[in-house]
Amino acid sequence: MRTVLFIIQKEFSQFFREKTNIRMLLVMPVIQLILLPLAANYEVRNIQICIVDHDHSGYVRELTHKIAASPYFKLNSYLDSYKDGLERMEHDEVDIVLEIPPDFEKTLIRENEAALSASVNAVNGQRASLGAQYLLAILRDFNREIRLKWVQFPKFNPVPIIQIDHSFWYNPMMNYKHFMVPGILVILLTMVGANMSALNLVREKELGTIEQINVSPIKKYHFIIGKLIPFWIMGQVVLTLGLLIARLIYGIVPLGSIFSIYLFSSAYLLCILGLGLLISTFANTQQQAMLISFFVMMVFILLSGLYTSIDSMPQWAQWVTKINPIAYFVQVMRLVIMKGSGIKDILPHLASILLMAGIIIPWAIWHYRKRS
Amino acid sequence: MPENYLIEVNNLTKRFGAFTAVDSISFNVRQGEIFGFLGANGAGKTTAIKMLSGLLTPSSGDAKVIGFDVKTHAEKIKKNIGYMSQRFSLYEDLTVFENMRFYGGIYGLRSIEINTKAEEILNVLNLLNERNILVKSLPLGWKQKLAFSISILHNPPLVFLDEPTGGVDPITRREFWELIMEAANRGTTLFVTTHYMDEAEYCNRVSIMVDGKIEALGTPLELRQQMGVTNMEAVFLSLARKSSRSEL
Repeated sequence: MRTVLFIIQKEFSQFFREKTNIRMLLVMPVIQLILLPLAANYEVRNIQICIVDHDHSGYVRELTHKIAASPYFKLNSYLDSYKDGLERMEHDEVDIVLEIPPDFEKTLIRENEAALSASVNAVNGQRASLGAQYLLAILRDFNREIRLKWVQFPKFNPVPIIQIDHSFWYNPMMNYKHFMVPGILVILLTMVGANMSALNLVREKELGTIEQINVSPIKKYHFIIGKLIPFWIMGQVVLTLGLLIARLIYGIVPLGSIFSIYLFSSAYLLCILGLGLLISTFANTQQQAMLISFFVMMVFILLSGLYTSIDSMPQWAQWVTKINPIAYFVQVMRLVIMKGSGIKDILPHLASILLMAGIIIPWAIWHYRKRS
Repeated sequence: MPENYLIEVNNLTKRFGAFTAVDSISFNVRQGEIFGFLGANGAGKTTAIKMLSGLLTPSSGDAKVIGFDVKTHAEKIKKNIGYMSQRFSLYEDLTVFENMRFYGGIYGLRSIEINTKAEEILNVLNLLNERNILVKSLPLGWKQKLAFSISILHNPPLVFLDEPTGGVDPITRREFWELIMEAANRGTTLFVTTHYMDEAEYCNRVSIMVDGKIEALGTPLELRQQMGVTNMEAVFLSLARKSSRSEL
């Protein structure tokens, strides 16, 4: 075991000698945690709407005011010709063109219904579908209001009385930052950890120092463990830093115990650092290691459930998430931070991660060759 | 066996695909001698040395190093040898002392032993003031001498040196060989590859490798007499000219 201590000591000396490493470890996560959650915003605001009015009636004016007053829409233009509206959409100035047919008001009063047409720019699918939904909600509201005005003395309520009120559990204000920040912290920890470990061993291959290691009586598992531990410690430092930022900047205080986060991250880091080391036993140059690690992490991150819900993925992708460590940690972070889950609730996740670490680390040790 | 051999090699061969880098070589190295392993670039010296030190698995043939079979007991061999490769092998981003501490540590030396050894080496190499200087800021010759001293830090009975003096000026080479001689006087067996023929004269015995085969073996004097020439340079040239391998 003394051998391991000497390796750890050497790794730390080397790490702290390089100022870039310290910057990468401390400054980069801080900046990213401050910037990324602001950008990873799911709310759609400032939808540019163009109203093409062929009616010019009081109702249309009312509707226009209603739309313009909504925080989600910005009245971009008010035109007479649908062609002009579409042209603006072509130039990406406008997201939705709402066309109001001639005699809209008249038809509505006479026939009790009238048609409108909305053209939505769906180049950005999320923006389009959310925008259309917001617009529908406003129209529904508008519809109800005018109907209430018509019926002066209702015998019975003309509007349906079944109204669904919902409250959002575990994130009552639907604050997307509470949802994103824990996930982004996981990604940061993963990227820093996997890259550090993947590049480290392969760097020794490039410099040739690995040969001096290989010709020594060092045990393979001593060497891999000696490489794992320093990164494991640095990973916990990054996590701590991230949790502090979440608390200080976003006011996110975990509902569950901090201890269960650290318990899980302890196992998680073993898994992800082991993966990095495994990659570096396959790669011959830092460039190769970078590329492999980038590819693996890219797939894992996209399939992690951070940006898209795992439940709505196709079946095969859901199976992939079963062997995706990132998916487990994103879930656990959200469970503990937002829902206040305890150790008992995350035990199944913990078991899966330990199983993966239990496969990956021995694999890395086995695949690292002291002799070719 | 009357003689005490530290290395016994029998028909050792290494093939990389269709290419035979080391072609059935056989020789013995006696305890306490400086054994010169000569050859042009690409003759197979490094491949041979890597097989003997347990870094490469032989394709066929046998070799015993300090009594252990290289095929089955490579890790036992590693415990008992020192090795200095032609590629510079110290950590450039560690200080002189940190390098000594690390290599001493992984060979299982105790901290006190490491410290005493370190002081001794710094003294001999005249590096006392450079103890806490990064290795990358040392001149090449100093690095090489330091690398050699570190490779024998754990007092191995046998040391492999693979072109230890490559790219070093003549004065430093001379000093380097003084270090080698001192180690030999203390009873260490040294296995040295080189292509400097003046260095061959320092060796007790030399072998000359051409195209993966050993073409000559004996003391420098014997080889000169056999070939009827006056220096090792001439011995080497007359053998190496037979090479069909271009420089690798």
